[in-house]
Amino acid sequence: MERNGTAVLVRDSGSFSHTLKKLWRRNRVAYLFLLPWFAGLLVFTIGPMMTSFYYSLTRFDLMTPPRYIGLQNYLTMFTADPRYIASLKVTITYVLVSVPLKLTIALLIAALMNRGLRGLAFYRTLYYLPTLLGGSVAIAVMWRKIFGNSGVLNQFLADAFGIQAPNWVADPSYALYSIVALSVWQFGSSMIIFLAGLKQIPQDYYEASQVDGARKLRQFFSITLPLLSPVIFFNLVIQLIGSFQSFTQAFIISGGQGGPMDSTLFYTLYLYMKGFGFYEMGYASAMAWVLLVIIGVFTAIIFGTSKYWVHYGDGGK
Amino acid sequence: MQISPRKLSMHLVILALGLFMLYPILWLISSSFKPSGMIFTDTSLWPKAVTLSNYVQGWAGIAGTRFSSFFVNSFIIALACVAGNVLTCSLAAYAFGRLDFSLKKIWFAVMMVTIMLPHHVTIIPQYILFKHLNWINTYYPLTIPKWLSTDAFFIFLMVQFIRGLPRELDESATIDGCGQIQIYWRIVLPLAMPALITTAIFTFIWTWDDFFGALLYLNSANLYTVPLGLRLFMDSTGDSAWGPLLAMSALSLVPSMIIFFSCQKYFVEGISTSGIKG
Repeated sequence: MERNGTAVLVRDSGSFSHTLKKLWRRNRVAYLFLLPWFAGLLVFTIGPMMTSFYYSLTRFDLMTPPRYIGLQNYLTMFTADPRYIASLKVTITYVLVSVPLKLTIALLIAALMNRGLRGLAFYRTLYYLPTLLGGSVAIAVMWRKIFGNSGVLNQFLADAFGIQAPNWVADPSYALYSIVALSVWQFGSSMIIFLAGLKQIPQDYYEASQVDGARKLRQFFSITLPLLSPVIFFNLVIQLIGSFQSFTQAFIISGGQGGPMDSTLFYTLYLYMKGFGFYEMGYASAMAWVLLVIIGVFTAIIFGTSKYWVHYGDGGK
Repeated sequence: MQISPRKLSMHLVILALGLFMLYPILWLISSSFKPSGMIFTDTSLWPKAVTLSNYVQGWAGIAGTRFSSFFVNSFIIALACVAGNVLTCSLAAYAFGRLDFSLKKIWFAVMMVTIMLPHHVTIIPQYILFKHLNWINTYYPLTIPKWLSTDAFFIFLMVQFIRGLPRELDESATIDGCGQIQIYWRIVLPLAMPALITTAIFTFIWTWDDFFGALLYLNSANLYTVPLGLRLFMDSTGDSAWGPLLAMSALSLVPSMIIFFSCQKYFVEGISTSGIKG
Protein backbone atom coordinates (compact mmCIF):
# COMPACT_ATOMS: atom_id res chain seq x y z
CA MET A 1 0.00 0.00 0.00
CA GLU A 2 1.28 3.48 -0.83
CA ARG A 3 1.55 5.98 1.98
CA ASN A 4 3.32 8.65 -0.01
CA GLY A 5 1.58 11.55 1.61
CA THR A 6 3.19 11.13 4.99
CA ALA A 7 6.51 9.84 3.75
CA VAL A 8 7.20 13.01 1.80
CA LEU A 9 6.54 15.23 4.79
CA VAL A 10 9.13 13.56 6.97
CA ARG A 11 12.31 15.64 6.96
CA ASP A 12 15.12 13.33 6.00
CA SER A 13 18.63 13.60 7.33
CA GLY A 14 19.93 14.16 3.81
CA SER A 15 21.87 10.95 3.62
CA PHE A 16 22.26 9.49 0.15
CA SER A 17 20.86 6.08 0.98
CA HIS A 18 17.88 7.70 2.56
CA THR A 19 17.18 9.70 -0.59
CA LEU A 20 17.51 6.56 -2.67
CA LYS A 21 15.10 4.74 -0.41
CA LYS A 22 12.63 7.56 -0.74
CA LEU A 23 12.97 7.60 -4.51
CA TRP A 24 12.48 3.87 -4.64
CA ARG A 25 9.37 3.98 -2.49
CA ARG A 26 7.93 6.82 -4.51
CA ASN A 27 8.61 5.29 -7.90
CA ARG A 28 8.63 1.54 -7.61
CA VAL A 29 4.98 0.98 -8.49
CA ALA A 30 5.06 3.18 -11.57
CA TYR A 31 8.31 1.69 -12.80
CA LEU A 32 6.88 -1.77 -12.24
CA PHE A 33 4.00 -0.89 -14.52
CA LEU A 34 6.46 0.47 -17.07
CA LEU A 35 8.75 -2.54 -16.93
CA PRO A 36 7.60 -4.28 -20.14
CA TRP A 37 7.78 -1.01 -22.03
CA PHE A 38 11.25 -0.22 -20.67
CA ALA A 39 12.45 -3.68 -21.68
CA GLY A 40 11.01 -3.23 -25.16
CA LEU A 41 12.47 0.25 -25.47
CA LEU A 42 15.91 -0.99 -24.60
CA VAL A 43 15.92 -4.26 -26.54
CA PHE A 44 13.91 -3.27 -29.61
CA THR A 45 14.47 0.46 -30.00
CA ILE A 46 17.43 2.08 -28.25
CA GLY A 47 19.76 -0.89 -28.52
CA PRO A 48 19.02 -1.49 -32.20
CA MET A 49 19.29 2.22 -32.98
CA MET A 50 22.77 2.42 -31.55
CA THR A 51 23.81 -0.79 -33.25
CA SER A 52 22.29 0.31 -36.51
CA PHE A 53 24.25 3.55 -36.41
CA TYR A 54 27.43 1.59 -35.86
CA TYR A 55 26.58 -0.84 -38.69
CA SER A 56 26.03 2.11 -40.99
CA LEU A 57 29.76 2.85 -40.65
CA THR A 58 30.78 -0.70 -41.55
CA ARG A 59 30.77 -3.26 -44.30
CA PHE A 60 28.76 -6.16 -42.96
CA ASP A 61 27.56 -9.20 -44.88
CA LEU A 62 26.26 -11.16 -41.89
CA MET A 63 28.82 -13.95 -42.47
CA THR A 64 31.97 -12.11 -41.38
CA PRO A 65 32.11 -9.58 -38.53
CA PRO A 66 31.36 -5.95 -39.42
CA ARG A 67 34.39 -4.03 -40.73
CA TYR A 68 34.64 -0.30 -39.97
CA ILE A 69 34.78 1.83 -43.13
CA GLY A 70 33.82 5.26 -41.83
CA LEU A 71 31.43 7.25 -43.98
CA GLN A 72 32.04 5.11 -47.08
CA ASN A 73 28.44 3.81 -47.23
CA TYR A 74 27.01 7.31 -47.11
CA LEU A 75 29.46 8.45 -49.76
CA THR A 76 28.68 5.54 -52.07
CA MET A 77 24.98 6.20 -51.76
CA PHE A 78 25.14 9.70 -53.10
CA THR A 79 28.01 9.38 -55.53
CA ALA A 80 28.19 5.87 -56.91
CA ASP A 81 24.77 4.26 -56.67
CA PRO A 82 22.34 5.42 -59.34
CA ARG A 83 19.70 2.96 -58.11
CA TYR A 84 19.81 4.63 -54.71
CA ILE A 85 19.28 8.04 -56.28
CA ALA A 86 16.44 6.53 -58.33
CA SER A 87 14.79 5.17 -55.19
CA LEU A 88 15.11 8.54 -53.53
CA LYS A 89 13.46 10.26 -56.49
CA VAL A 90 10.67 7.70 -56.68
CA THR A 91 9.89 8.02 -52.99
CA ILE A 92 9.99 11.80 -52.82
CA THR A 93 7.85 12.08 -55.96
CA TYR A 94 5.41 9.62 -54.44
CA VAL A 95 5.18 11.55 -51.17
CA LEU A 96 4.91 14.97 -52.81
CA VAL A 97 2.17 13.84 -55.19
CA SER A 98 0.15 11.41 -53.11
CA VAL A 99 0.01 13.19 -49.74
CA PRO A 100 -1.40 16.55 -50.94
CA LEU A 101 -3.78 14.81 -53.33
CA LYS A 102 -5.01 12.45 -50.66
CA LEU A 103 -5.53 15.20 -48.08
CA THR A 104 -7.28 17.51 -50.55
CA ILE A 105 -9.75 14.82 -51.52
CA ALA A 106 -10.24 13.79 -47.89
CA LEU A 107 -10.97 17.40 -46.94
CA LEU A 108 -13.36 18.03 -49.83
CA ILE A 109 -15.35 14.87 -49.15
CA ALA A 110 -15.40 15.61 -45.41
CA ALA A 111 -16.69 19.14 -46.10
CA LEU A 112 -19.32 17.72 -48.43
CA MET A 113 -20.44 15.28 -45.77
CA ASN A 114 -20.50 17.80 -42.97
CA ARG A 115 -23.72 19.42 -44.09
CA GLY A 116 -26.10 17.82 -41.67
CA LEU A 117 -26.91 14.90 -43.92
CA ARG A 118 -28.70 11.90 -42.55
CA GLY A 119 -26.96 8.55 -42.81
CA LEU A 120 -23.54 10.02 -42.12
CA ALA A 121 -22.43 6.86 -40.30
CA PHE A 122 -23.23 4.79 -43.36
CA TYR A 123 -21.26 7.07 -45.70
CA ARG A 124 -18.30 7.18 -43.34
CA THR A 125 -18.24 3.38 -43.39
CA LEU A 126 -18.39 3.32 -47.17
CA TYR A 127 -15.45 5.68 -47.55
CA TYR A 128 -13.36 4.11 -44.83
CA LEU A 129 -13.50 0.58 -46.19
CA PRO A 130 -10.69 1.06 -48.77
CA THR A 131 -8.41 2.42 -46.03
CA LEU A 132 -9.21 -0.51 -43.80
CA LEU A 133 -8.36 -3.10 -46.44
CA GLY A 134 -5.77 -1.08 -48.32
CA GLY A 135 -2.69 -2.38 -46.53
CA SER A 136 -3.37 -5.96 -47.49
CA VAL A 137 -1.65 -7.98 -50.17
CA ALA A 138 -5.08 -8.87 -51.55
CA ILE A 139 -5.79 -5.26 -52.47
CA ALA A 140 -2.36 -4.84 -54.06
CA VAL A 141 -2.95 -7.99 -56.11
CA MET A 142 -6.32 -6.66 -57.18
CA TRP A 143 -4.85 -3.27 -58.06
CA ARG A 144 -2.22 -4.86 -60.22
CA LYS A 145 -4.92 -6.71 -62.08
CA ILE A 146 -7.28 -3.78 -62.48
CA PHE A 147 -4.51 -1.50 -63.77
CA GLY A 148 -2.88 -4.23 -65.84
CA ASN A 149 -2.84 -4.37 -69.60
CA SER A 150 -6.03 -6.37 -70.01
CA GLY A 151 -7.41 -5.00 -66.75
CA VAL A 152 -10.88 -3.67 -66.12
CA LEU A 153 -9.80 -0.05 -66.30
CA ASN A 154 -8.41 -0.38 -69.81
CA GLN A 155 -11.36 -2.40 -71.01
CA PHE A 156 -13.63 0.26 -69.67
CA LEU A 157 -11.62 3.04 -71.33
CA ALA A 158 -11.66 1.13 -74.61
CA ASP A 159 -15.39 0.33 -74.47
CA ALA A 160 -16.58 3.70 -73.26
CA PHE A 161 -14.23 6.14 -74.97
CA GLY A 162 -12.35 4.03 -77.49
CA ILE A 163 -9.08 4.95 -75.79
CA GLN A 164 -6.15 2.61 -76.19
CA ALA A 165 -4.69 3.03 -72.69
CA PRO A 166 -1.17 2.01 -71.70
CA ASN A 167 -0.34 -0.92 -69.49
CA TRP A 168 -0.28 1.22 -66.38
CA VAL A 169 1.69 -1.05 -64.08
CA ALA A 170 4.25 -2.08 -66.71
CA ASP A 171 4.94 1.34 -68.23
CA PRO A 172 7.78 3.21 -66.49
CA SER A 173 6.06 6.56 -66.94
CA TYR A 174 2.82 5.43 -65.29
CA ALA A 175 3.66 2.61 -62.88
CA LEU A 176 4.37 4.92 -59.96
CA TYR A 177 1.10 6.75 -60.50
CA SER A 178 -0.91 3.58 -60.30
CA ILE A 179 0.55 3.20 -56.79
CA VAL A 180 -0.18 6.87 -56.07
CA ALA A 181 -3.77 6.17 -57.08
CA LEU A 182 -3.86 3.26 -54.65
CA SER A 183 -2.67 5.50 -51.84
CA VAL A 184 -5.09 8.31 -52.68
CA TRP A 185 -7.93 5.81 -52.81
CA GLN A 186 -7.28 5.23 -49.11
CA PHE A 187 -8.17 8.70 -47.90
CA GLY A 188 -10.72 7.35 -45.43
CA SER A 189 -8.94 7.83 -42.13
CA SER A 190 -7.79 11.37 -43.00
CA MET A 191 -11.38 12.10 -43.93
CA ILE A 192 -12.71 10.85 -40.59
CA ILE A 193 -10.19 13.03 -38.74
CA PHE A 194 -11.21 16.04 -40.87
CA LEU A 195 -14.87 15.32 -40.15
CA ALA A 196 -14.20 15.27 -36.42
CA GLY A 197 -12.36 18.59 -36.79
CA LEU A 198 -15.16 20.15 -38.83
CA LYS A 199 -17.66 19.26 -36.14
CA GLN A 200 -15.64 21.34 -33.67
CA ILE A 201 -16.09 24.55 -35.63
CA PRO A 202 -18.85 26.60 -33.99
CA GLN A 203 -21.82 27.25 -36.28
CA ASP A 204 -22.03 30.88 -35.07
CA TYR A 205 -19.01 31.79 -37.18
CA TYR A 206 -20.83 30.74 -40.32
CA GLU A 207 -24.01 32.48 -39.28
CA ALA A 208 -22.17 35.68 -38.45
CA SER A 209 -20.33 35.68 -41.75
CA GLN A 210 -23.55 35.00 -43.58
CA VAL A 211 -24.99 38.15 -42.07
CA ASP A 212 -21.93 39.93 -43.43
CA GLY A 213 -22.80 38.49 -46.84
CA ALA A 214 -20.01 35.94 -47.22
CA ARG A 215 -20.58 33.21 -49.77
CA LYS A 216 -19.92 29.52 -49.26
CA LEU A 217 -16.57 29.59 -51.03
CA ARG A 218 -15.44 32.61 -49.05
CA GLN A 219 -16.57 30.91 -45.83
CA PHE A 220 -14.56 27.85 -46.71
CA PHE A 221 -11.38 29.84 -47.17
CA SER A 222 -11.78 32.32 -44.34
CA ILE A 223 -13.46 30.19 -41.68
CA THR A 224 -13.18 26.48 -42.38
CA LEU A 225 -9.58 26.30 -43.54
CA PRO A 226 -8.00 28.44 -40.80
CA LEU A 227 -9.98 26.79 -38.02
CA LEU A 228 -9.19 23.38 -39.41
CA SER A 229 -5.49 24.09 -39.81
CA PRO A 230 -4.41 22.21 -36.66
CA VAL A 231 -6.13 19.12 -38.02
CA ILE A 232 -4.60 19.64 -41.46
CA PHE A 233 -1.24 19.95 -39.77
CA PHE A 234 -1.77 16.73 -37.87
CA ASN A 235 -2.95 14.78 -40.92
CA LEU A 236 -0.05 16.11 -42.95
CA VAL A 237 2.55 14.93 -40.45
CA ILE A 238 0.95 11.49 -40.04
CA GLN A 239 0.54 10.90 -43.77
CA LEU A 240 4.01 12.15 -44.56
CA ILE A 241 5.72 9.84 -42.08
CA GLY A 242 3.60 6.92 -43.26
CA SER A 243 4.12 7.56 -46.98
CA PHE A 244 7.88 7.61 -46.73
CA GLN A 245 7.68 4.08 -45.38
CA SER A 246 5.35 2.51 -47.96
CA PHE A 247 6.42 -0.98 -48.85
CA THR A 248 3.79 -3.67 -49.41
CA GLN A 249 2.02 -2.04 -52.34
CA ALA A 250 5.24 -1.33 -54.18
CA PHE A 251 6.53 -4.80 -53.50
CA ILE A 252 3.43 -6.58 -54.81
CA ILE A 253 2.66 -4.29 -57.74
CA SER A 254 6.25 -4.23 -58.96
CA GLY A 255 6.72 -7.96 -58.42
CA GLY A 256 9.27 -7.32 -55.67
CA GLN A 257 11.80 -5.69 -57.99
CA GLY A 258 10.79 -2.05 -58.14
CA GLY A 259 10.30 -2.34 -61.89
CA PRO A 260 9.62 -1.40 -64.62
CA MET A 261 13.03 0.26 -65.01
CA ASP A 262 13.18 1.09 -61.28
CA SER A 263 10.19 3.39 -61.67
CA THR A 264 8.58 1.94 -58.53
CA LEU A 265 11.80 1.31 -56.63
CA PHE A 266 10.57 2.72 -53.33
CA TYR A 267 13.18 3.62 -50.75
CA THR A 268 12.12 0.89 -48.36
CA LEU A 269 12.02 -1.65 -51.17
CA TYR A 270 15.61 -0.87 -52.13
CA LEU A 271 16.59 -0.96 -48.47
CA TYR A 272 15.03 -4.40 -48.20
CA MET A 273 16.81 -5.58 -51.36
CA LYS A 274 20.17 -4.28 -50.14
CA GLY A 275 19.82 -5.73 -46.68
CA PHE A 276 18.04 -9.00 -47.21
CA GLY A 277 18.67 -9.67 -50.89
CA PHE A 278 22.35 -8.76 -51.19
CA TYR A 279 23.15 -8.96 -47.46
CA GLU A 280 24.74 -5.52 -47.41
CA MET A 281 23.65 -4.84 -43.85
CA GLY A 282 25.96 -1.87 -43.35
CA TYR A 283 24.72 -0.16 -46.47
CA ALA A 284 21.08 -0.85 -45.61
CA SER A 285 21.62 0.58 -42.12
CA ALA A 286 23.11 3.73 -43.61
CA MET A 287 20.06 3.98 -45.87
CA ALA A 288 17.80 3.68 -42.84
CA TRP A 289 19.61 6.56 -41.13
CA VAL A 290 19.33 8.77 -44.18
CA LEU A 291 15.60 7.96 -44.28
CA LEU A 292 15.33 8.99 -40.65
CA VAL A 293 17.05 12.29 -41.45
CA ILE A 294 14.86 12.91 -44.52
CA ILE A 295 11.66 12.28 -42.56
CA GLY A 296 13.05 14.46 -39.77
CA VAL A 297 13.79 17.31 -42.19
CA PHE A 298 10.35 17.15 -43.81
CA THR A 299 8.66 17.04 -40.42
CA ALA A 300 10.81 19.92 -39.18
CA ILE A 301 9.83 21.99 -42.22
CA ILE A 302 6.15 21.39 -41.49
CA PHE A 303 6.62 22.23 -37.81
CA GLY A 304 8.79 25.23 -38.63
CA THR A 305 6.33 26.76 -41.09
CA SER A 306 3.34 25.87 -38.95
CA LYS A 307 3.34 29.18 -37.12
CA TYR A 308 2.52 30.88 -40.40
CA TRP A 309 -0.40 28.72 -41.36
CA VAL A 310 -1.64 26.78 -38.34
CA HIS A 311 -4.08 28.77 -36.22
CA TYR A 312 -4.98 27.57 -32.79
CA GLY A 313 -8.28 28.72 -31.37
CA ASP A 314 -6.64 30.12 -28.25
CA GLY A 315 -4.37 32.39 -30.27
CA GLY A 316 -1.41 30.06 -30.34
CA LYS A 317 0.20 28.34 -27.42
CA MET B 1 -40.62 13.87 -44.20
CA GLN B 2 -39.75 16.11 -47.10
CA ILE B 3 -36.24 15.98 -48.51
CA SER B 4 -35.17 19.05 -50.38
CA PRO B 5 -33.91 18.46 -53.93
CA ARG B 6 -30.63 20.03 -52.87
CA LYS B 7 -30.09 17.50 -50.11
CA LEU B 8 -31.23 14.67 -52.35
CA SER B 9 -28.69 15.58 -55.00
CA MET B 10 -25.97 15.71 -52.35
CA HIS B 11 -26.93 12.26 -51.16
CA LEU B 12 -26.74 11.01 -54.72
CA VAL B 13 -23.31 12.55 -55.29
CA ILE B 14 -21.88 11.06 -52.09
CA LEU B 15 -23.43 7.69 -52.79
CA ALA B 16 -22.15 7.60 -56.36
CA LEU B 17 -18.65 8.55 -55.27
CA GLY B 18 -18.76 5.92 -52.55
CA LEU B 19 -19.79 3.20 -54.98
CA PHE B 20 -17.02 4.30 -57.30
CA MET B 21 -14.62 3.85 -54.38
CA LEU B 22 -15.97 0.43 -53.62
CA TYR B 23 -15.85 -0.71 -57.23
CA PRO B 24 -12.39 -2.36 -57.01
CA ILE B 25 -13.41 -4.39 -53.96
CA LEU B 26 -16.70 -5.39 -55.56
CA TRP B 27 -14.82 -6.33 -58.72
CA LEU B 28 -12.49 -8.55 -56.70
CA ILE B 29 -15.38 -10.33 -55.02
CA SER B 30 -17.41 -10.76 -58.18
CA SER B 31 -14.42 -11.96 -60.23
CA SER B 32 -13.59 -14.58 -57.67
CA PHE B 33 -16.88 -16.30 -58.55
CA LYS B 34 -16.37 -16.18 -62.30
CA PRO B 35 -15.06 -19.15 -64.27
CA SER B 36 -11.37 -18.64 -65.11
CA GLY B 37 -11.97 -17.83 -68.77
CA MET B 38 -14.42 -15.04 -67.94
CA ILE B 39 -12.46 -13.05 -65.35
CA PHE B 40 -11.00 -10.68 -67.89
CA THR B 41 -13.63 -10.92 -70.59
CA ASP B 42 -16.73 -10.40 -68.48
CA THR B 43 -16.27 -6.94 -66.98
CA SER B 44 -19.73 -6.63 -65.45
CA LEU B 45 -19.97 -6.81 -61.69
CA TRP B 46 -22.78 -9.34 -61.91
CA PRO B 47 -21.12 -12.56 -63.14
CA LYS B 48 -22.76 -14.16 -66.19
CA ALA B 49 -21.86 -17.54 -64.77
CA VAL B 50 -21.11 -18.37 -61.16
CA THR B 51 -18.69 -21.02 -59.94
CA LEU B 52 -17.09 -21.97 -56.66
CA SER B 53 -14.21 -23.77 -58.33
CA ASN B 54 -11.79 -20.88 -57.70
CA TYR B 55 -12.44 -21.22 -54.00
CA VAL B 56 -12.12 -25.00 -54.05
CA GLN B 57 -8.87 -24.83 -56.00
CA GLY B 58 -7.46 -21.99 -53.89
CA TRP B 59 -8.39 -23.54 -50.57
CA ALA B 60 -6.59 -26.75 -51.62
CA GLY B 61 -3.48 -24.63 -51.32
CA ILE B 62 -0.05 -24.40 -52.85
CA ALA B 63 3.46 -25.68 -52.26
CA GLY B 64 2.11 -28.61 -50.29
CA THR B 65 0.34 -26.30 -47.85
CA ARG B 66 -3.40 -25.98 -47.62
CA PHE B 67 -4.70 -22.43 -47.53
CA SER B 68 -6.46 -23.17 -44.27
CA SER B 69 -3.08 -23.45 -42.59
CA PHE B 70 -2.17 -19.90 -43.70
CA PHE B 71 -5.37 -18.76 -42.05
CA VAL B 72 -4.67 -20.65 -38.83
CA ASN B 73 -1.11 -19.26 -38.72
CA SER B 74 -2.32 -15.72 -39.24
CA PHE B 75 -4.90 -16.12 -36.50
CA ILE B 76 -2.36 -17.47 -34.01
CA ILE B 77 0.02 -14.57 -34.63
CA ALA B 78 -2.69 -11.93 -34.65
CA LEU B 79 -4.25 -13.14 -31.42
CA ALA B 80 -0.88 -13.32 -29.66
CA CYS B 81 -0.16 -9.74 -30.78
CA VAL B 82 -3.58 -8.49 -29.66
CA ALA B 83 -3.13 -9.99 -26.20
CA GLY B 84 0.39 -8.57 -25.91
CA ASN B 85 -0.54 -5.07 -27.02
CA VAL B 86 -3.66 -4.82 -24.88
CA LEU B 87 -1.93 -6.05 -21.74
CA THR B 88 1.47 -4.38 -21.84
CA CYS B 89 0.40 -1.11 -23.46
CA SER B 90 -2.32 -0.72 -20.86
CA LEU B 91 0.21 -1.28 -18.06
CA ALA B 92 2.41 1.52 -19.36
CA ALA B 93 -0.61 3.70 -20.08
CA TYR B 94 -1.81 3.33 -16.50
CA ALA B 95 1.55 4.54 -15.22
CA PHE B 96 1.60 7.53 -17.58
CA GLY B 97 -2.06 8.35 -17.14
CA ARG B 98 -2.50 7.86 -13.42
CA LEU B 99 0.70 7.58 -11.44
CA ASP B 100 3.16 10.22 -10.42
CA PHE B 101 6.83 9.35 -10.66
CA SER B 102 10.26 10.81 -11.27
CA LEU B 103 11.25 11.64 -14.86
CA LYS B 104 7.68 11.08 -16.02
CA LYS B 105 7.77 13.91 -18.56
CA ILE B 106 11.01 12.70 -20.08
CA TRP B 107 9.84 9.12 -20.44
CA PHE B 108 6.59 10.28 -21.94
CA ALA B 109 8.50 12.36 -24.49
CA VAL B 110 10.69 9.36 -25.30
CA MET B 111 7.58 7.31 -25.93
CA MET B 112 6.13 9.94 -28.24
CA VAL B 113 9.37 10.03 -30.23
CA THR B 114 9.30 6.26 -30.72
CA ILE B 115 5.89 6.63 -32.36
CA MET B 116 7.36 8.88 -35.03
CA LEU B 117 10.48 6.80 -35.58
CA PRO B 118 10.56 4.91 -38.90
CA HIS B 119 10.98 1.27 -37.96
CA HIS B 120 13.52 0.71 -40.73
CA VAL B 121 16.14 2.25 -38.47
CA THR B 122 15.86 -0.66 -36.08
CA ILE B 123 14.94 -3.46 -38.45
CA ILE B 124 18.43 -4.68 -39.33
CA PRO B 125 19.84 -4.98 -35.80
CA GLN B 126 16.55 -6.56 -34.76
CA TYR B 127 16.89 -9.12 -37.52
CA ILE B 128 20.45 -9.89 -36.45
CA LEU B 129 19.37 -10.17 -32.82
CA PHE B 130 16.63 -12.64 -33.72
CA LYS B 131 19.09 -14.56 -35.86
CA HIS B 132 21.45 -14.89 -32.89
CA LEU B 133 18.56 -16.09 -30.76
CA ASN B 134 17.72 -18.68 -33.44
CA TRP B 135 14.29 -17.15 -33.75
CA ILE B 136 14.28 -16.86 -37.54
CA ASN B 137 11.50 -18.94 -39.02
CA THR B 138 9.53 -18.89 -35.78
CA TYR B 139 6.68 -16.66 -34.64
CA TYR B 140 8.70 -15.06 -31.83
CA PRO B 141 10.04 -12.11 -33.86
CA LEU B 142 6.48 -11.27 -34.90
CA THR B 143 4.88 -11.59 -31.47
CA ILE B 144 7.37 -11.02 -28.63
CA PRO B 145 7.93 -7.31 -29.42
CA LYS B 146 4.20 -6.72 -28.90
CA TRP B 147 4.51 -8.18 -25.42
CA LEU B 148 7.04 -5.43 -24.68
CA SER B 149 4.75 -2.67 -25.95
CA THR B 150 6.77 -1.69 -29.00
CA ASP B 151 3.58 -0.31 -30.59
CA ALA B 152 3.86 2.79 -28.42
CA PHE B 153 1.10 4.35 -30.42
CA PHE B 154 -1.43 2.35 -28.43
CA ILE B 155 0.10 3.48 -25.15
CA PHE B 156 -0.59 7.04 -26.25
CA LEU B 157 -4.15 6.19 -27.24
CA MET B 158 -4.84 4.59 -23.86
CA VAL B 159 -3.15 7.39 -21.90
CA GLN B 160 -5.47 9.87 -23.62
CA PHE B 161 -8.43 7.77 -22.65
CA ILE B 162 -7.37 7.00 -19.07
CA ARG B 163 -6.72 10.69 -18.36
CA GLY B 164 -10.37 11.32 -19.10
CA LEU B 165 -11.62 8.89 -16.45
CA PRO B 166 -12.75 10.43 -13.16
CA ARG B 167 -10.08 10.25 -10.48
CA GLU B 168 -12.63 10.06 -7.67
CA LEU B 169 -13.03 6.36 -8.43
CA ASP B 170 -9.36 5.69 -7.70
CA GLU B 171 -9.54 7.70 -4.52
CA SER B 172 -12.51 5.84 -3.15
CA ALA B 173 -10.88 2.55 -4.11
CA THR B 174 -7.77 3.60 -2.21
CA ILE B 175 -9.88 4.33 0.82
CA ASP B 176 -11.37 0.87 0.47
CA GLY B 177 -7.86 -0.49 0.67
CA CYS B 178 -7.08 -1.17 -2.99
CA GLY B 179 -3.47 -1.04 -4.14
CA GLN B 180 -2.40 0.37 -7.49
CA ILE B 181 -2.47 -3.03 -9.12
CA GLN B 182 -6.04 -3.59 -8.02
CA ILE B 183 -7.06 -0.12 -9.15
CA TYR B 184 -5.51 -0.83 -12.54
CA TRP B 185 -7.13 -4.21 -12.89
CA ARG B 186 -10.53 -3.69 -11.28
CA ILE B 187 -11.28 -0.06 -12.00
CA VAL B 188 -9.27 1.48 -14.80
CA LEU B 189 -9.15 -1.48 -17.19
CA PRO B 190 -12.91 -2.11 -17.23
CA LEU B 191 -13.59 1.60 -17.71
CA ALA B 192 -10.98 1.87 -20.45
CA MET B 193 -12.69 -0.87 -22.44
CA PRO B 194 -13.38 1.33 -25.51
CA ALA B 195 -9.66 2.15 -25.76
CA LEU B 196 -8.74 -1.50 -25.26
CA ILE B 197 -11.16 -2.60 -27.95
CA THR B 198 -9.83 0.03 -30.34
CA THR B 199 -6.32 -1.23 -29.67
CA ALA B 200 -7.40 -4.83 -30.14
CA ILE B 201 -9.13 -4.31 -33.47
CA PHE B 202 -6.36 -2.21 -34.99
CA THR B 203 -3.69 -4.60 -33.75
CA PHE B 204 -5.59 -7.50 -35.22
CA ILE B 205 -6.09 -5.94 -38.62
CA TRP B 206 -2.55 -4.58 -38.92
CA THR B 207 -1.04 -7.89 -37.87
CA TRP B 208 -3.36 -9.71 -40.22
CA ASP B 209 -2.16 -7.52 -43.09
CA ASP B 210 1.49 -7.41 -42.06
CA PHE B 211 3.54 -8.44 -45.03
CA PHE B 212 6.98 -7.02 -44.32
CA GLY B 213 7.49 -8.72 -40.95
CA ALA B 214 6.33 -12.09 -42.19
CA LEU B 215 8.45 -11.73 -45.32
CA LEU B 216 11.54 -11.08 -43.20
CA TYR B 217 11.15 -13.76 -40.60
CA LEU B 218 9.27 -16.71 -42.09
CA ASN B 219 10.86 -19.13 -44.57
CA SER B 220 8.86 -22.36 -44.50
CA ALA B 221 5.56 -22.46 -46.34
CA ASN B 222 3.87 -24.33 -43.50
CA LEU B 223 4.51 -21.34 -41.20
CA TYR B 224 3.38 -18.75 -43.76
CA THR B 225 0.68 -16.23 -42.98
CA VAL B 226 -2.11 -15.28 -45.36
CA PRO B 227 -0.22 -12.40 -47.06
CA LEU B 228 2.75 -14.67 -47.77
CA GLY B 229 0.40 -17.39 -48.96
CA LEU B 230 -1.15 -14.98 -51.46
CA ARG B 231 2.25 -13.94 -52.68
CA LEU B 232 3.23 -17.58 -53.12
CA PHE B 233 0.17 -18.01 -55.32
CA MET B 234 0.99 -14.94 -57.32
CA ASP B 235 4.58 -15.91 -57.98
CA SER B 236 4.31 -19.53 -58.84
CA THR B 237 1.14 -19.68 -60.87
CA GLY B 238 1.90 -16.84 -63.26
CA ASP B 239 -1.07 -15.57 -65.17
CA SER B 240 -2.83 -18.89 -65.48
CA ALA B 241 -4.40 -19.19 -62.03
CA TRP B 242 -5.80 -15.76 -61.33
CA GLY B 243 -9.11 -17.30 -60.34
CA PRO B 244 -7.87 -19.08 -57.20
CA LEU B 245 -5.62 -16.11 -56.36
CA LEU B 246 -8.55 -13.70 -56.51
CA ALA B 247 -10.73 -16.11 -54.54
CA MET B 248 -8.17 -16.42 -51.75
CA SER B 249 -7.57 -12.66 -51.83
CA ALA B 250 -11.27 -12.07 -51.34
CA LEU B 251 -11.34 -14.62 -48.54
CA SER B 252 -8.36 -12.97 -46.84
CA LEU B 253 -10.40 -9.77 -46.46
CA VAL B 254 -13.24 -11.49 -44.63
CA PRO B 255 -11.89 -11.35 -41.03
CA SER B 256 -11.09 -7.63 -41.31
CA MET B 257 -14.53 -6.96 -42.79
CA ILE B 258 -16.32 -8.88 -40.06
CA ILE B 259 -14.45 -6.96 -37.38
CA PHE B 260 -15.06 -3.70 -39.18
CA PHE B 261 -18.79 -4.14 -39.51
CA SER B 262 -19.23 -5.35 -35.96
CA CYS B 263 -17.07 -2.64 -34.36
CA GLN B 264 -17.74 0.42 -36.52
CA LYS B 265 -18.39 2.63 -33.54
CA TYR B 266 -14.94 1.99 -32.15
CA PHE B 267 -13.28 2.52 -35.49
CA VAL B 268 -14.68 5.98 -35.94
CA GLU B 269 -14.10 6.92 -32.31
CA GLY B 270 -10.59 5.51 -32.31
CA ILE B 271 -9.63 7.32 -35.49
CA SER B 272 -11.20 10.66 -34.74
CA THR B 273 -9.96 10.95 -31.18
CA SER B 274 -6.47 9.64 -31.65
CA GLY B 275 -5.71 9.95 -35.33
CA ILE B 276 -4.91 6.32 -36.02
CA LYS B 277 -3.60 6.35 -39.54
CA GLY B 278 -5.44 3.23 -40.61
